[in-house]
Amino acid sequence: MQTRLDEQFQNTPQGREAETILRSCVHCGFCLATCPTYQLSGNELDSPRGRIYLIKQLLEGQEVTRKTQLHLDRCLTCRACESTCPSGVEYARLLDIGRNEVEQTIKRSPIDRMLRFALRKVLPNRSLFAFVLKSARLSRPLLPERLQRMVPAQPKIRQNPPQANHPRRMLVLQGCVQPALNPDINHAAERVLDKLGIALVDAQQAGCCGALAYHLDAQPEGLDAMRRLIDAWWPYIANPDKLIEAIVVTASGCGVMVKDYGRLLKHDSAYAEKAARVSELAKDIGEIVAAERPELTRLLENCPAPEAEAIAFHAPCTLQHGQRLDGVIESILQTAGFRLTRVGDTHLCCGSAGAYSIVQPHIARQLRDNKIAALTRDDPAIVVTANIGCQMHLQSGTQLPVRHWIEILDQVLCGQTEDRFP
Amino acid sequence: MRHANLVEAFQNILPSESVLFEPEDLRPYECDGLSAYRQLPMIAVLPGNEAEVIEILKICEAEKIPVVARGAGTGLSGGALPHADGVLLSLAKLNEILEIDPVACTARVQPGVRNLAISEAAETYGLYYAPDPSSQIACTIGGNVAENSGGVHCLKYGLTVHNILKLRVLTIEGDVLEIGSEALDSSGFDLLALMTGSEGMLGIISEITVKLLPKPETARLVMAAFDDIEKAGAAVANIIRAGIVPAGLEMMDKMTIAAVEEFIHAGYDPDAEAILLCESDGSNEVVANEIEKIRDIMHESGAVRIDTAHSDAERQRFWAGRKAAFPAAGRVSPDYYCMDGTIPRKHLAEVLRRIEDLSLEFGLRCMNVFHAGDGNLHPLILYDANRSGELEKAEAFGARILEICIEAGGSLTGEHGVGIEKLNQMCLQFGDAERDLFHAVKAAFDPDSQLNPGKAIPSLRRCAEFGAMHVHRGEEKFPDLPRF
Repeated sequence: MQTRLDEQFQNTPQGREAETILRSCVHCGFCLATCPTYQLSGNELDSPRGRIYLIKQLLEGQEVTRKTQLHLDRCLTCRACESTCPSGVEYARLLDIGRNEVEQTIKRSPIDRMLRFALRKVLPNRSLFAFVLKSARLSRPLLPERLQRMVPAQPKIRQNPPQANHPRRMLVLQGCVQPALNPDINHAAERVLDKLGIALVDAQQAGCCGALAYHLDAQPEGLDAMRRLIDAWWPYIANPDKLIEAIVVTASGCGVMVKDYGRLLKHDSAYAEKAARVSELAKDIGEIVAAERPELTRLLENCPAPEAEAIAFHAPCTLQHGQRLDGVIESILQTAGFRLTRVGDTHLCCGSAGAYSIVQPHIARQLRDNKIAALTRDDPAIVVTANIGCQMHLQSGTQLPVRHWIEILDQVLCGQTEDRFP
Repeated sequence: MRHANLVEAFQNILPSESVLFEPEDLRPYECDGLSAYRQLPMIAVLPGNEAEVIEILKICEAEKIPVVARGAGTGLSGGALPHADGVLLSLAKLNEILEIDPVACTARVQPGVRNLAISEAAETYGLYYAPDPSSQIACTIGGNVAENSGGVHCLKYGLTVHNILKLRVLTIEGDVLEIGSEALDSSGFDLLALMTGSEGMLGIISEITVKLLPKPETARLVMAAFDDIEKAGAAVANIIRAGIVPAGLEMMDKMTIAAVEEFIHAGYDPDAEAILLCESDGSNEVVANEIEKIRDIMHESGAVRIDTAHSDAERQRFWAGRKAAFPAAGRVSPDYYCMDGTIPRKHLAEVLRRIEDLSLEFGLRCMNVFHAGDGNLHPLILYDANRSGELEKAEAFGARILEICIEAGGSLTGEHGVGIEKLNQMCLQFGDAERDLFHAVKAAFDPDSQLNPGKAIPSLRRCAEFGAMHVHRGEEKFPDLPRF
């Protein structure tokens, strides 16, 4: 596509990067077909191609208003469009640049700013979030029903797994909201990997991956969180005596971010190299388990087959479009003996999308209800997914249990039969 | 009526987000799939149902305002290019499949339904909608009717016009016309055929009844690689001569293969100068037999590698690559200009050679991908719109290709429509008498020329000016026209 970038952007790294991306778009419109928000609104301005155009006019020096910001805000960053795009347009990256630029020029309303500030301060802060969550759970009976469903129930937690000791070691990302919402996900990962002969190491002081702030209009704040996490991990990564094979991430939303550190910090001379190394080491738990398939198969031979429960798998966008790991976890679950039900429109986002379900509740609810309808068409007994955000968001709209897949694999491998579905 | 009053009139019938009237909101609507041509509309409206469309048309008719219909905006001839003083009427929100009748094998759908969505919905009944333009994932059925779209399978199953039964059409006055019938024939003039391919110039399509076909028992695909594009051309002729009607017969040249392979990883032969994709569908027995014959012919025609897709997934991947070929050009060039000429198959090799000569002459690369079976060429001229003069060069190159097509006994457009981009060449293809008839038909439906004015059929004046510039082999093309 033709571009005539405004002078102020012509010589900045972001401006040049944006121009390269803009020029790779040929305006074919294929992306409209798989964009969740365009499917709901039918408005070009809520499609990837429309947003690319909005960003183009911004960078070409045309006047933009709150409306451009609104349409950019409505993007879920699910990146289904990137999977569809034959031209290879790096849409999400362009969107980051565009959003950041709009943020500099368009002032948000005080309420909007406050909400976003609160989300950025509370969610990534593990102890503060745990406190808020606990208070919400305590006051749950007093809330109206609609709000009640928004407060995630307390999961039943099993004992912490014993500290495993294996020569093969991997770092694990604890994340920010996941330990409070469902600590059992990482415990399950720890138990499964223990069986596979891998010890998980938890780095002290490691916090949020930075995705929340980065996608809530505070890119510098997000980058700082990334640097802090790299600092916390680096002593483990750099220790030649106790080699770390990989960094395991059990939430695909965090995984896609950590895998992007190398690119996002490439202009930061102090961190560029470390960030690239961290990204290289980062793996979704699905990739780790899939790589151990022979051992997994051997272990499964000694386990009783899972009850013939039908499972509907929801592939998070960050897994299938962001990390391009479509089919990996489905195949593990099938190996473990589960029956996967047919699910329509698997490429579509559930509406969770980080903090999106809070800042764009209306669209998020529509997408969630559509997703639940698509997931439950074939009458599954349980829905499983690979990201805490999707899990909580879907759970708020269905009576069926929604779990992380590693928990149910853990159940099969470790022979636990207790009912852990709340 | 003043701009503000008009906006208010539309806001009275539509939700406020469905009336766009400021440049900031209108710019993303300034072009369709042919982004070289751009124009901001005065207002864009996004109605959600037929009743709202009728109200909009009534306002436009009363004020004599031009109306340009738009589906998904994937068209490649600028058919949905907005009018500066007009209303852009997006039909994308009318996206409901109203009814699928598995007994009659029909589907009744709104115009904004995506082509592929029809086949996906019909799959439950073992049915599908046959025409499959490469943009079928995104393009709308309303746009398909307006452009009479084809696709990789139209060699055997026909174009849109062969696959629809009935239309609801709104006139510029907002009246409803029911055209065609549920039966295969209907009495009176065949307005259904007239409406198909009319590029939004005769009416606004608000509902379409399409034919659905039972999915064939099996479909198999042969991919043959050639070290010489002319041999591939000859293979096409040999297949048709042998009496085979493949479900699809497509050709891609080396540059296309490289661009597409990067996206889809289909396993095309990267060393080939050209590959042919040839599909046979039907009963198991017929297909097995036909595939055997096709392989033999490919071999005799000099193919250096012949593969048959091992699974349906692989077959789909081979097609997905072909269907992504245009946008994949974005990987090798910032801009492309897609041509859509048709030629008699026997001239394939010669026309390709002449295109190659022109590519050298203009200094622009050209990717070739086309529906070889029906002689529908899609040369993609690669250029860089940021370099001054390059678009004009690409346009001139494209015009020469179309002229070659006409000289070879073919036509300007196989399936993309004339739109805005092939208007001049329409002057070459048709004489006065035909063009007069076109204008008379247009006037019968739309006396004040409000529906998509300035597209698809050139004015006499335009042809006169074009003819003056275009003195060919020493002869004037249109000596009978007055010169301005």
